[in-house]
Amino acid sequence: MRDEPVAEPVGDAIARRLGAVWRIEGARVIATLTSLTGDVGLAEDLAQEACAEALRVWPRDGVPSNPGAWLTAVAKRRAIDAWRRQDALAERYARIASTLRESKDVELEPIGDAVLRLLFIACHPVLSTPAQCALALTLIGGLSTEQVARLFLVPVSTMQQRIVRAKRTLSAAAVPFTAPDPHEWRERLTGVLRVVYLIFTEGYAPAKGADPVQRELADEALRLGRRLVAMVPREPEAHGLLALMLLQSSRFSARVALDGSPVLLADQDRGRWDRQAILRGRAALRRVDELGRGRGPYAVQAAIAEQHAIAPSVEATDWHRIVLLYEVLGRLAPSPVVELNRAVAVSMADGPVDALAIVDRLEAQGSLANSPLLPSVRGELLARLGRTDEARIAFARAIPLVGNAAQRAVLERKVRALDPRHPAG
Amino acid sequence: MPTYMLIMRATEAALAASKEQDFEAIINAMGAYNESMMEAGVMVGGEGLSDPSEGFVVDFSTPDLVVTDGPYGEVHELFNGFWLISVADRDEAIEWARRCPMGPGTKLEVRRVTDESDFADFADNEYIQKEAGWREELEHKNES
Repeated sequence: MRDEPVAEPVGDAIARRLGAVWRIEGARVIATLTSLTGDVGLAEDLAQEACAEALRVWPRDGVPSNPGAWLTAVAKRRAIDAWRRQDALAERYARIASTLRESKDVELEPIGDAVLRLLFIACHPVLSTPAQCALALTLIGGLSTEQVARLFLVPVSTMQQRIVRAKRTLSAAAVPFTAPDPHEWRERLTGVLRVVYLIFTEGYAPAKGADPVQRELADEALRLGRRLVAMVPREPEAHGLLALMLLQSSRFSARVALDGSPVLLADQDRGRWDRQAILRGRAALRRVDELGRGRGPYAVQAAIAEQHAIAPSVEATDWHRIVLLYEVLGRLAPSPVVELNRAVAVSMADGPVDALAIVDRLEAQGSLANSPLLPSVRGELLARLGRTDEARIAFARAIPLVGNAAQRAVLERKVRALDPRHPAG
Repeated sequence: MPTYMLIMRATEAALAASKEQDFEAIINAMGAYNESMMEAGVMVGGEGLSDPSEGFVVDFSTPDLVVTDGPYGEVHELFNGFWLISVADRDEAIEWARRCPMGPGTKLEVRRVTDESDFADFADNEYIQKEAGWREELEHKNES
């Protein structure tokens, strides 16, 4: 749209500048306002009003030299004005009025500490998982509601509601703007890491939609991961998560074929893997080890991704080592998905017979009943064993369980390829 | 997200003037800038370069290549270091560049770093393929 060589209207340039400023400083502005008001929802409302004011004033007066402090000061003034207008009614404004009147200068909160507290609020256990993801991206990532809605493939109105409801929930629960207590620190940090990784996986392998990857979303998660590492550099799992995301993201370009369909690991052109991302991922994994407190579940998953990343081909991959790593992971964080992945690794290391036994055990337990993963893997193993009819049935069972169109098409191709009436697939 | 390189450029006069300044104040200003990029999760690398008197320039404008020792005299601007940042878009790269604590006579050149997509048409090229291996070799060298 902006290809024509015409001068850009001043307002557009300012809006883009404000967007960039907000990306960089939005979290800090909201953190400062939350610290003043004690209410993250109110803080975000005030910040939005300040942004609207910036769009009016900056084209006329120019962009201030410290845009973040300007936005915070305007938001503060808005809070005071509102309080004066309706002091009898607005209790929540009254609560903050004294602190606002006392200080004239805007002191932005020290970045790391305040943004970390904001991240803990965004990922607070009183919120639903989708709300946690949305707040992490808007409050800390500096994305607009529209951007987050687009990345999660939901209507803007749905995302707006989700965010409004989340802010209300936080207000109702009177969640304090403090770091978690030492006794719950570990658990809360695990919650934050989980949210960041969920955002990443939703970009790496979207559960719905037509595209096999949503790279922008995964990039936002990576950015949150790097932020987190800077804020809690002594936490091995923060580095472990960053390592995992970097190593997985190295395969982004190779995961999608020219026609937009997903490419499986075995078929990927390893020359298209992003070597920089692999180097950075391995460096992050080394940092975990340097901290000397062992590897947690994210670091072990990163170590598995590392084995793939350094292997020249599927055949030359150290599958025995990967089996061992999955066993370690299964002890640290047991889950049917880990067990299923172990089965895949076992099939590569020792053949499909041993692997099928693991998968059948999972199925007998009723694990992963609504996931397409189990029948997909089972179909793969049966096909390798030459049990074509059973394989076709297994793949066909997986298809209705897949929400993503690109992934569904892969399975449909497999069913066709196994059909004796269409030998060419 | 694209990666951008912010390249510090300064005239010799500006460089000489900076030597008169309190070196610790410069370290502190640059340190705060680096810290803000770390905390925002955008910094992915960077190096500073030693004094240009230690460097040299190879000029390819004539068949007999001319090698000139630093600080070169006729060269107006000197590269002094760089940052690598991974940011949402060009606008954000500009915004970070604006925040760099540099003074009169200095410039920041901002360039997007190429990635594998820039060479997609040459994926079969021998050297493009070799490069992957080289990067890994370099990593092991850097480690030891």
